[in-house]
Amino acid sequence: MNGMKVRIKFRKYGPVRFIGHLDVMRFFQKAIRRAGLDIAYTGGFSPHQIMTFAAPLGVGLESNGEYMDIELHSLDSCQDAVERLNAASVKGIEIVSAKVLPDNTANAMASVAAASYTVRFREGRAPEADIARLLPEFLARETIFYTKETKKGTRELDLKAGIYEMSWDGRAFSLLLDASSAGNIKPGQVIEALLEQGGEKLQDNALLITREDVYTRRELTGDGGAPGDRRSENSREDFISLGEIGTLEIHL
Amino acid sequence: MLREDKLALSDDILMKIEKPERYIGHEVNSVLKNKDAVSVRFCMCFPDVYEIGMSHLGIQILYAMFNSWEDVWCERVYSPWLDLDKMMREQSIPLFALESQEPIKNFDFLGITIQYEMCYTNILQILDLAGIPLIAAERGEDCPIVIGGGPCTYNPEPLADFFDLFYIGEGETQYRRLLDVYKDCRDTGKSREEFLLQAAKVPGMYVPRFYETVYNDDGTIKSFHPTREGVPARITKEIQMDVTDTYYPMKPVVPFIKITQDRVVLEIQRGCIRGCRFCQAGQLYRPVRERDVETLKKWALEMLKNTGQEEITLSSLSSSDYSRLPELIDFLLEECGRQHINISLPSLRIDAFSLDVMSKVQDVRKSSLTFAPEAGSQRLRNVINKGLTEEAILSGAALAFEGGWTRVKLYFMLGLPTETEDDIRGIAELSNKIAATFFDTVPKEKRTNGKVQIVTSTSFFVPKPFTPFQWARQCTKDEFIDKAYLTRKAISEQLNQKSIKYNWHEADASVLEGVLARGDRRLGEVIRRVYEKGSIYDAWGECYHHERWIDTIEECGLSVDFYTHRERSLDEILPWDFIDCGVTKEFLKREWEKARQEEISANCRQQCQGCGAAKFGGGVCTEARSQVLVTGGSSERYEGKD
Repeated sequence: MNGMKVRIKFRKYGPVRFIGHLDVMRFFQKAIRRAGLDIAYTGGFSPHQIMTFAAPLGVGLESNGEYMDIELHSLDSCQDAVERLNAASVKGIEIVSAKVLPDNTANAMASVAAASYTVRFREGRAPEADIARLLPEFLARETIFYTKETKKGTRELDLKAGIYEMSWDGRAFSLLLDASSAGNIKPGQVIEALLEQGGEKLQDNALLITREDVYTRRELTGDGGAPGDRRSENSREDFISLGEIGTLEIHL
Repeated sequence: MLREDKLALSDDILMKIEKPERYIGHEVNSVLKNKDAVSVRFCMCFPDVYEIGMSHLGIQILYAMFNSWEDVWCERVYSPWLDLDKMMREQSIPLFALESQEPIKNFDFLGITIQYEMCYTNILQILDLAGIPLIAAERGEDCPIVIGGGPCTYNPEPLADFFDLFYIGEGETQYRRLLDVYKDCRDTGKSREEFLLQAAKVPGMYVPRFYETVYNDDGTIKSFHPTREGVPARITKEIQMDVTDTYYPMKPVVPFIKITQDRVVLEIQRGCIRGCRFCQAGQLYRPVRERDVETLKKWALEMLKNTGQEEITLSSLSSSDYSRLPELIDFLLEECGRQHINISLPSLRIDAFSLDVMSKVQDVRKSSLTFAPEAGSQRLRNVINKGLTEEAILSGAALAFEGGWTRVKLYFMLGLPTETEDDIRGIAELSNKIAATFFDTVPKEKRTNGKVQIVTSTSFFVPKPFTPFQWARQCTKDEFIDKAYLTRKAISEQLNQKSIKYNWHEADASVLEGVLARGDRRLGEVIRRVYEKGSIYDAWGECYHHERWIDTIEECGLSVDFYTHRERSLDEILPWDFIDCGVTKEFLKREWEKARQEEISANCRQQCQGCGAAKFGGGVCTEARSQVLVTGGSSERYEGKD
């Protein structure tokens, strides 16, 4: 029997933001059982639920837009799945929506292209610099090199191409960054590079980061938009939220 | 922000430490209550890291029991790992309970389960971090009552200084009464001391401060007696005789991180009929009490539904002895197959039935088969009363090899009483015979991996209280090491030595385990000093400082030899003699004598050995009578019960 792909959108906030990505996956494997969803399994001696997560969320980050695709054999309604999962969940992991995906949809992980973030400074850890003055110059740069520390030493990374949008409203940054497997960059790296330009170091654990949403490229969904523009611009219109794909209708 | 969202640890700390999930609570099925609406706050502690502590069934049972009472809120705490331990000391952060994230110091009770000797310094870590004075007698009225339970409380003496109270036996029976006594004392303005005096009169409770030990010149005990009127001289263990109509956690707490025992645990029975002479659990938990199979089926389904766990395991000391095992396993195979749930089956005797079951629940090519002969020769197996013959092992192995298994694990002990070099060589010879059985049984063309893999492991024997070997001399460290070398050499001389891998345990920790297991009150000072010198997590090889322990034992004017390397005389007063676990000293003496005669004893179902546990009036001790009843029809089985 062919199952249907269902995309679950959830939020993660409060104390459970300290739960790592692998443990969130394990959490959902169990939550789906508690909720009694009719999920499909792989074969073999240790069958696994058919489940894919979009993009791992770092420990300590909150999110308003996390995604997981699962395969179900049957489903009463999308709303029912949301209610059952919420009843089986814990405070701080809140299911927002469930949508049935068209059969040809790329899986959540493979299709990730960008992610948006809201970033604030923790109390007492804001920089001296005037960010509003620093930012235009930062964004106008040709290259934004950042030294990434890896297990084998350090690596130079150019962040420039991966910063799709960045603004500051006096209290918080709003960011749209490359989150693809090839070019993923982290909000902390961008803020660190920004402050470095003003000759300042980011304090330890200074940022409060919320991932707002995760996006795929509109062209990949068959919803073309305006071809030609996208490669050069990488603007918000070129991306579509993973949560906008799919329908609430069940077709078997 | 809601109150329960507040964490005891700052984000800065949580971002720096390993596995912050150990400390944030919020797990599925953890219980939150309104603290103003309860009258007793109990914190249950397993003094080891979260992943170990959360795997313990006993705490889950008691957690469910306490929280089923409206007036009680039970929470949990585990040992902070080394990284957090350091930060908490540096920043004076008091130890907190996971659910409310509030300091333990504010609780009415701190209950600590004591599962192994090597956790003793962690108990002091818990007290210290909580801001509770280590020495019970120094605690003020504002401190929680510190109560210990678990197997090590059958010789609580080395820990006597640190506990206000020990609960001897199974927790299901007397906690309600104890908490009622506590509430009554508090409501009538009684002091801590007055409460403890009343608590000491509750069955199963041992309040060490009301007892005194007098020693002989040679260090042995001259007398042990209560110092207050009305405090019992002898304490009988508490036991839950009806294990079906009792507390069991239908909603066990489900951790976020992977823990050691990450599955639903179905305890099918308590106790063991076997009577292996080295085994403490086999004596402490007598008599065997089986759970009703229909109830177990119901519980299994409910726990799986409430946890979402993808695996279930059966728990008992010897699952093969559960009389309704085939029926229970058939049921689980069917239900779990439908729900894609794995079944894990520990402690099964290897025979046609268990191999058939195992082939259904695991991939035979990847899994290994486990035998625990414990001793290498039939002579020594008779001494320890391990009713496993070489014939049974080899025929079980042959069956398994035919079924496709190619990996076998063997467990033995070195240093058992009366052991000779021949017995040790027997370990190598038995390992070799099992390998030979593979080559005899499986024709060349059918050898999937081409070969067989035997992993032979030895641990060092540590005599434990309430076993027939409680009087026995423990080997010295050097003797242990010599025995391990001899084993290794003997294995290397076998024809099939290339198929055999040999592992042995460190000897250091076995020496200390032996000291603490049969120790007395004077060791309290040693434990405290070692803790103050910085020891915690002694159960973790990399944290264990053997020399520090040995030096401190000497500093305190005590000796390792006294506690381990001497054979005790039968008339010596042992530190744990005041505890009555059902099994009598007379029975243990008989068994000790039979061991030396190399005589085996029948198990409880074959023939009663008169161990003394029959006085509890149930379980296997009264089974014969219920079997007579059953012949008239299965429904009659429970008619005699009221």
